[in-house]
Amino acid sequence: MNVGLPHFLTVSAVLFALGLFAVMSRRNTVAILMGVELMLNAANLNFVAFSRYVQRGIDGQLMAAFVIVLAAAEAAVALAIVLALYRNYGTVHADTAQSLKR
Amino acid sequence: MSDQGIITAAISILLLPLLSYTLTFFFGKKLPRKGDFIGVTLMGIALIQALRIFITFWQIGNPAHRVEQAYHWLDLGGGFRLDAGILVDGMTSVMLMVVCLVSFLVHLYSTGYMHGDRRYERFFAFLGFFTFSMLGIVLSNNLFFLYVFWELVGLSSYLLIGFFFHKATAAAANKKAFLTNRVGDWGFWLGILTFFTACGTLNYFDLFAQVHAGAIKGPLLAWAGVGLFMGCVGKSAQMPLHIWLPDAMEGPTPVSALIHAATMVAAGVYMVARLAPLFGPEALMVVLYVGAITAFVTATIALVKTDIKRVLAFSTLSQLGYMVMGLGAGDPVNAMYHLTTHAMFKALLFLGAGSVIHAVHSQEMPEMGGLRKKMPITFWTFLIATLAISGVPGLSGFYSKDGILGSVLAVGMMKGHYLPFILGITAAALTPFYMFRVVFLTFFGKPRDQHKFDHAHESGWSMAIPLMVLAFMTLISAGIPGKTADKGWFSRFAAPYDVAAISAQYEAKHGGLVVASAEPAAIAEAGAALAEPAAAHGENLHAEAAPAEGGHEAAAAHGEAAAAHGAAAGGHNSHVRHTAHVRAMIMSILVATLGIGASWWTYHKLRVNPAAIQARLPFAHKVLQGQYFFDELYAATIYRFTLWWSVVCAAFDRVVVDGIVNGAGYLTRLVSWVSGLCDRYIVDGAVNGVATVLQGAGEGIRRVQTGRIQTYLVYVSASVLVLIVIYRVL
Repeated sequence: MNVGLPHFLTVSAVLFALGLFAVMSRRNTVAILMGVELMLNAANLNFVAFSRYVQRGIDGQLMAAFVIVLAAAEAAVALAIVLALYRNYGTVHADTAQSLKR
Repeated sequence: MSDQGIITAAISILLLPLLSYTLTFFFGKKLPRKGDFIGVTLMGIALIQALRIFITFWQIGNPAHRVEQAYHWLDLGGGFRLDAGILVDGMTSVMLMVVCLVSFLVHLYSTGYMHGDRRYERFFAFLGFFTFSMLGIVLSNNLFFLYVFWELVGLSSYLLIGFFFHKATAAAANKKAFLTNRVGDWGFWLGILTFFTACGTLNYFDLFAQVHAGAIKGPLLAWAGVGLFMGCVGKSAQMPLHIWLPDAMEGPTPVSALIHAATMVAAGVYMVARLAPLFGPEALMVVLYVGAITAFVTATIALVKTDIKRVLAFSTLSQLGYMVMGLGAGDPVNAMYHLTTHAMFKALLFLGAGSVIHAVHSQEMPEMGGLRKKMPITFWTFLIATLAISGVPGLSGFYSKDGILGSVLAVGMMKGHYLPFILGITAAALTPFYMFRVVFLTFFGKPRDQHKFDHAHESGWSMAIPLMVLAFMTLISAGIPGKTADKGWFSRFAAPYDVAAISAQYEAKHGGLVVASAEPAAIAEAGAALAEPAAAHGENLHAEAAPAEGGHEAAAAHGEAAAAHGAAAGGHNSHVRHTAHVRAMIMSILVATLGIGASWWTYHKLRVNPAAIQARLPFAHKVLQGQYFFDELYAATIYRFTLWWSVVCAAFDRVVVDGIVNGAGYLTRLVSWVSGLCDRYIVDGAVNGVATVLQGAGEGIRRVQTGRIQTYLVYVSASVLVLIVIYRVL
């Protein structure tokens, strides 16, 4: 069987959907962050795949590396927020943090 | 006295009683004797001034001489100008004398009669006020001020009749007098306005000239004259407005003497005499009949009354009827003569009656009797007055009354109206009968109430002196020996107006006659009217020239000629008048003798029993005792009509006016109710509805905003899906 672009895109879409599902359904903030990482990596997979099959130089690979760096920074900031959340509410569940609602 | 001196004196006479009123009214309570001496003194000074004027006019001896001074008072624009003017001529000087003398004596008398009254000082104040008003009538030179003082006199009469206002009868009497006078004054004012509209002036003599020139004539002149006469009917208590005068006897007796016998009720007569040229022949006929009927009817009522003051009141009415009758016969001179003599003897009669009442504390003659010995001064003075009013030759009443009867008979002979003379001569027979009835019942016979008789005594000097003075005046007021108006002293003071001469004066002063209704035809006619008497009465004019030179006998002759209803040739008229006067004189001597004799036979000799006559004619007695039921008639007609009309008006008010008002109110309420509904449900509904809808929407939409990041993510994802479906599939 010949592996082509559609196979990459399918994996990427499944990965994105799983990430999205995790972000939408989990209460735990850390799990949500993990969902976000999944979605970012699904995007990375897309960039790399398009970079391989479409003649545009190394733009896609560059963008993937850029996203990885961004994801590391994002994880650092987000975990700091999770820590602050835990200090204030004694829990890491996202739905308890709704004091702005009132 | 110079003309200016006369004016000054006249003004001082007018103001002195006003001063007396002011001082007594405001300071009377604090002064010794409650200030009665102020009134007496000031009236004494006024009397002296009046006497000076009187003597001046006596010396001048020309009735046509007049002094007039007007002060510019009000200018209302459009030619409507009011003057405050003083007019003094012979007639005025006589009236001044009469008013001041009677007023002074009544002031003096009242110090005795009213002694000890709780409102003593107030009584003197009112007397002063009345005298002021009356003198205003006498002195005024125009109709406007005449009317002003006319009303003031009505007011002071009201105050004095109701002086004992705590008595219900007195309170009712003064109301009645005031309201009855209103009726007359209404006509009076209409008359004044008519003359003013037609002639454009209110001054007496200007009016005479205008009327002479024909500025007002025909039916209008007649009705305007009747209007003026209505004032006289009210004030001088002629029928049918006579009903107030008998009731006015509720006032204190000095008031009855001053106001309701001697002066105020004479104001009407004075007014008509003063304004004689304003009365056309038709109006004079009305005056004549009203006077005659009054003289007769009221004399019959006096026959049966037992209250001494009431008898005198009806006698006053009857005598006023004579004066009015004289005016109606076109003889104001004799009317004024009778006014003068009557003022003296009627004031005397009232003051005498007051003296009797003061002594026995009763007004009912059946409770008197035999007072002759106890009260000699009162008796003798009363007797003199009674003889005078009865028309006994030699005393004043005979000459004045006879002059009037003569003129009335002359009119009857010339025009065929004999009824007034018949009524007059019958009243002349009744007068001595009822007056001597009073004398016999009061002073002669046996005392019928022993207790009251024992108590009685002669009055004090303050009351006796006025009686004696008035008795003296009664004796001399027709001259000694007595003379008729055209031959005696009175001819120096009064003569019929020489209207042609007045017109000529007016023309000289104003440069031609201004006829108010200035149509060319009317002016031409006026010129003709001016020329005509000069041509037709050439003889008369020669006679008129004489008095101007001072001969008063010529003036008397002229008086007789010109007074004779001014129409036909003088010679024939004066002949008729002479015959009439001689016949009237003989007849009045006859009837006076008859009346006195009958009275003597009935009430002194007691040969005829009045009670038996009364029993035989119950109906007649009832009618007379009931004063012909005029009060009842008015109660049944006018009062009832007024009440009915008030009820109708009240119903109209209640149903229509109140209905409209309440309906408007109801309608407003209805409209506001509807408007309220609109406000509540439409306007408020819209506002609230918007709010409710927005609030509800907000409530709904609020739920979308959960604040959970996942929910939003779901929305985003769903939206993206939807968009993909939209763009890809559709």
